[in-house]
Order: sequence, then structure tokens, then C-alpha cells
Amino acid sequence: MSKKITIEPITRVEGHGKVTIKLDKNNKVTQSRLHIVEFRGFERFVQGRPYWELPVLVQRLCGICPVSHHLAAAKATDILVGIGADELTATAEKMRRLMHYGQIFQSHVLHFFHLVSPDLLFGIDADPAIRNIIGVALKHKDLAVRGVLMRKFGQEIIKVTAGKKIHGTGAIPGGINKNLTIAERDYFLDGKAIPSVDTMIEWALDTVEFIKSYQKENRQFIDGYAAFPSNHLSLVAKDGALDLYHGVLRAVDAEGNRILDDIDYSEYYKYIAEEVRSWSYMKFPFIKSLGKEKGWYRVGPLARLNTCDYIPTPLAQKEFEEYKSYTHGKPNNMSMHTHWARLIETLHSAERIKQLLNDPDLQQTDLVKKGQKASVGVGLLEAPRGTLFHHYQINENDQVTMCNLIVSTTNNNEPMNQAVNWVAMNTISGKPEPQITEGLLNGVEVAIRAYDPCLSCATHAIGKMPLEVAFVDEYEKVISSKCKNID
Amino acid sequence: MSTKINFTIDGKNCSADKGMFVLGAAQKNGIYIPSLCNIEGLAPRGSCRVCTVKINGKLMVACSTPVAEGMKIENETEELHDLRKQIIELLFVEGNHLCPSCEKSGNCELQALAYRLKIMAPRYPYQFPVREIDASNPKLIKDHNRCILCKRCIRAIQTDDGKNLFAFKQRGCKLTINIEPSTSAAITDEIATKAAKICPVGALLKKEVGFVQPIGHRLYDHLPIGNTASLNIISSREKDTNT
Ligand code: SF4
Ligand code: FES
Repeated sequence: MSKKITIEPITRVEGHGKVTIKLDKNNKVTQSRLHIVEFRGFERFVQGRPYWELPVLVQRLCGICPVSHHLAAAKATDILVGIGADELTATAEKMRRLMHYGQIFQSHVLHFFHLVSPDLLFGIDADPAIRNIIGVALKHKDLAVRGVLMRKFGQEIIKVTAGKKIHGTGAIPGGINKNLTIAERDYFLDGKAIPSVDTMIEWALDTVEFIKSYQKENRQFIDGYAAFPSNHLSLVAKDGALDLYHGVLRAVDAEGNRILDDIDYSEYYKYIAEEVRSWSYMKFPFIKSLGKEKGWYRVGPLARLNTCDYIPTPLAQKEFEEYKSYTHGKPNNMSMHTHWARLIETLHSAERIKQLLNDPDLQQTDLVKKGQKASVGVGLLEAPRGTLFHHYQINENDQVTMCNLIVSTTNNNEPMNQAVNWVAMNTISGKPEPQITEGLLNGVEVAIRAYDPCLSCATHAIGKMPLEVAFVDEYEKVISSKCKNID
Repeated sequence: MSTKINFTIDGKNCSADKGMFVLGAAQKNGIYIPSLCNIEGLAPRGSCRVCTVKINGKLMVACSTPVAEGMKIENETEELHDLRKQIIELLFVEGNHLCPSCEKSGNCELQALAYRLKIMAPRYPYQFPVREIDASNPKLIKDHNRCILCKRCIRAIQTDDGKNLFAFKQRGCKLTINIEPSTSAAITDEIATKAAKICPVGALLKKEVGFVQPIGHRLYDHLPIGNTASLNIISSREKDTNT
């Protein structure tokens, strides 16, 4: 008799996922799936709205990285008002970048300190009552305080650029609605009211040191856990530099061969398709030339450091070189190294924020440009968790008629499924009497968390999933189950 | 003969010129009575009832009732506060007011009144009516989801030769604001800007303006509606925006 184990919902992951692991009669894993069972429908309900609402409207998709959606939509609406990303005024482009790097910084810090550090500090088998951010705060107070202050710093950057820490309005079609005042700038530079940007760089460096020494001491876990070969995709600057706001689309395979060679992202649909599978609301994107089976790819920090040639800030570049030397310059396919890559990006973001804060262009007053209107606009950027695609079409009355969003989580859908499968294969497959232990539950989450703490934005369902743990036989008949939070 | 009228609001002695309506007379005496459909300079309509006060013990609307000698007006009472709250709540539930993505947010009088009256959630069930957005005019968008039928646009916007640009269409719960087809082409940038400004909610929007006004610079970002000091704050902030 084969059985299916269901774990839901996944905790410390926003939104609700459900993982099913099917076992055959020898308790060997035959199939593992990450189902996304929440439906949000943004692609449908923006239809009919005027296009200039998009950057403010669609950012409501997400409470963790709204800025990414805000800016990706703004980039798409720039095209609608006839302004290419390279044509924005210097002030507009740099204010948006400042907003974006502030967002990456706070999101990476949140992801690492609040969601990942409990797993690293206490081990994935630790009692969940300790293995959380409160546990970290009690045992490693300095680390927790830094996490909070670093996140605050990023949030404050967002506030001065977007107007609010969450769901602001800073980016508008063709530019931005405010510049940075001297007083706002000095708030981040002088270290009086909050720790300065220099302190942020110093703390980001310390955190990279932490993950490096953790990796040295826990090599087997960090290198081996949920590791598998894959393709990698991201935007890179035209010269191959890591660029989180704008660039061309590049993809490499597990060996580093180019699959997409710096293509113009406005034509992404010629190269990338999305597969729908009956058991998940989340689609499965793939590179057309490689087909559904082989064309899936990873996005996010790991992918970005695999696709870019260098990092254009000195301290992060130095760390990048050390990181790359670990895999002898080849793409890194170790899922847990995503955290290492994320922390290098955190450092890079702090360095970029410092550069931008010191740039007098941010005090200029030329904020918006308009050109020849267009009916289709595509905007891509590198969100904290990977490449984010926004694609809109409007009618002659300025109303949205079509919207396609491929969010970072969707891009990482297959890799997350692969990671879950790895955990199932390596922890329960073939064991007599497999049980849903806390260790297995968290093991699955640790694998997903390397990619994403957030699934809600990626889906197209209404409703709150209760916790259900079920064994089912080959006919999908439940033979035993455990439930939590069922009304 | 004196043209001054003497009356009291919540026990405070007030006076105003004969012929003034209670709403304006209160304002003259530094007292704010919440209002929504009323606009200064135009004849009152008394359609929203937000300005309801008690005059000599009777519920009456302040915007269209003239002051009279010896009136005893109640304004800041629990009962009236709750009555006004109910009216605002009803306006929220019978339309689709999605403040988070509305470009009028921060400048919207309905939203500002909800904040001032401390409405957390309406006591009535949402109706979620199916209403359309009409974006066919090149200058102006009508979002019927947000229209509260206050008639301000009809009363305030006319062509140079005195023709109305807006009118009501249909009846009862089907009532909507309509742009007169014959005068639709007369909607200029200036008229569109004026209409968007006169509309207390975001039902009339000038096209392609969107969110140009940063958060912190909008009318009710710092002080609640009914507080004239907020206007001074805005103008002083405008000056240092770009320095
Ligand atoms: S469109 Fe605006 S001004 Fe006109 S009736 Fe509706 S809410 Fe009032
Ligand atoms: S303001 Fe008096 S009834 Fe509307």
C-alpha cells in the first residue's frame, strides 16, 4: 500500500503552502510536491483600472517586498508613457534605485535574521519553541538587535523615497514624485538618530563573516542540504555587473554555459513560457529552447551571483571573489549557499545606498518625463527573491486590458519542488514506519526558506489553510490524519 | 436695525449676519460642523445629511438652514457624532471605496471624515455593487465605484456659456453621474482639474495625474479635516520640498 503524507501550512513562510509526499509500499518516496493553494487574482482585478494606478495597486500583492512590485510596475508604466528605463531623469532613476536597494537591504536582513538564523543557530531539529526569532533574541541578543536595526534602516530608506515604509507612492509613470531633501539624506549619514550607513556596511560585513565561518564549521550541511544542479536566471547590467534594478536577461546552465545571452527583457515572452499544472495555483516557468523538462531555472541571490561577472562595489566584490573561488568560478548549485549569496548582496546594497546618499543628483528637481504613449509595457527587476516580471497592455482609454505577472516565487517554483523532493528522499525515503516529525516538517521548510519566506504573492485562492497532516493510500484515501486550526 | 443674529452652539454664544446658513455661521464663530455635499460659494443642497445638528431640540441640516435669533444649536454630542458616523459608514458600504489604491487618498473628504469620526469598520454589511469605470472622455475618468452622489460636480461645473457638463442619469439605486454627451467635448484640462478637485472622493479624476503628490503633502496628512491650520502646513512644506 502506498501512502501520502501532507504537511500544511508551512510556517515562517508567508502565504499557505501544502506539501505532499507520496510513498510506495516500501516507504520509498515516489513523489513530492509543493502545492500553492492560495488564490489572489491580481492579474484579473487590475483589469479596467487606469494604468497610472498600477504601481500603487499591484504592490498590495505583498507585504514583504511591495517595493519590488511598485517599481516593476513603475518600469512597465514608464514604457506606457514613452520613457525607457535609460531615459528617466538622473534624479528619478537614482531615487528609485535608492528605494530599491533600501528594500533589498531590509528584506535580506529580515529573511536572514528573522527567518533563517533560528535554523542555523539552533539546528533544524531544535524545539520550535526555541527555534525562532525570540529564541535568537534571548540567546544572541546582539545579533537580534542588529537584525532589528538593520531592517529599520532599510525601512527608513523606503519611507523617505516612497513616502511610507509599506505601500508608498514614490514611483510614478515616467519618474518619481519626490526627491531627497538634505535633512532626509543626513538622517542616514550622520548616525545621530539611527546607526549610520557606515555602521550598516560594517554590520553587513560582520554578517558575511558569520556565514563564512558557519559554513566552514557545518560544511556538510551547508554544502549538501537540498543541493542539485539547475539553470540560473537573472538580470545583469549590460557589462555583466550585478544590477538589481535594471539590465538584460541572462541565463546559464549548471556548468555556466549561456542559455539566454543578455536579451532585451521586453521580449521575455519569446524565451520564457509558463506551464500550468493541475495540482497548484502557481505556474511553472521554463526557458522555451530547453523545454518543460529541462528549461526550469532558479532565480534569486544564488542565481544572480551565478550569472553576473562582478559586483560593482568594492567590499562586496572582494567577498564575491572568495565566494566564487569556492566553486572554482563555476555556478554554485548548493541551495543553502543562497544565504551566503544573500548576505553578499546585503553588503552590496549597503554600499550602493551609501553611494546614492552621497550623490547630489538626488537633490535635483527634474523628476518626471513623458514621451510617446505605447499600449504595451514590460517591467522587470531583481526583487529580493529573484527576477520579477510585470507585463501590461492598455486600451485607448488608458485602462488595463491585460496583466501578466511572473513573480520571483513562481520562477523558483520548480526549484522549491526539487528542494522538497531532496529532503523527502534524504530523510524519510525507505525508512520503516516513516513519521511526520518536527525535524521532517522543518527540514522541508528549511529547504523552501532558502528560496523564499513568501508564497502568497505568487498565486492566483481565497481562504486560510488549516494544518493537516494526512496519510493517504494509493487511491488517495486518508488512512490517518492530524489537523490543526480547522474551524 | 441690527442684521446680527445671536444664537448658541453647544452653549457658546455666537453671532452671524442675517441670511447665513448654520454651517457657515458656525465656521465664522470658529466651530466646525462636519459636512460633505456642501461647497462654499454654491447654494446648499442638503443631500448628504452629514451636517445634521440639533436645532432647538430637532434634527436639522446645518448647510441649508438659515440662522435665526435665539437658536439653540447642538453640535458636539454623542448622539450627533454617532449619527454622522452612520451616514459615513453607509456611504462606504454602498460603494466600493478602495482607499489603499485610490489616488485621492489623503485628499479625500470621505476618508478624512472617516478618520475624524474614528470609524474603524462599518456596522453595516458591504454591498459590493458592480459598477463600471468610464474612461472614454480624453481628459477625465468617472469611477462610479466611488461616487457618493453629492451633486457637487453638477452644481459647480459649467461651460463658459453656462451649460451643465454633468447630470444625473437613471433613478434610485441605479442613479449615476453622467457627462452630457453634447458637452463632453467641452471638457478641457482646466475643467477636468476643477472637476477632480470639486469631487470630494476620487470619483472624478483628471487623467494621468495619479500619485504625483507625495505622501506628507496631501491635504489631510497632518491634521484632520475641519482644521484650517492644515492648509498652512501644506503651503510651508511645499516650499522646502526640493531643497
Ligand atoms: S462624481 Fe464626485 S462630485 Fe459628482 S456626484 Fe459623484 S462624488 Fe459627487
Ligand atoms: S453638507 Fe449639509 S447635507 Fe451635505
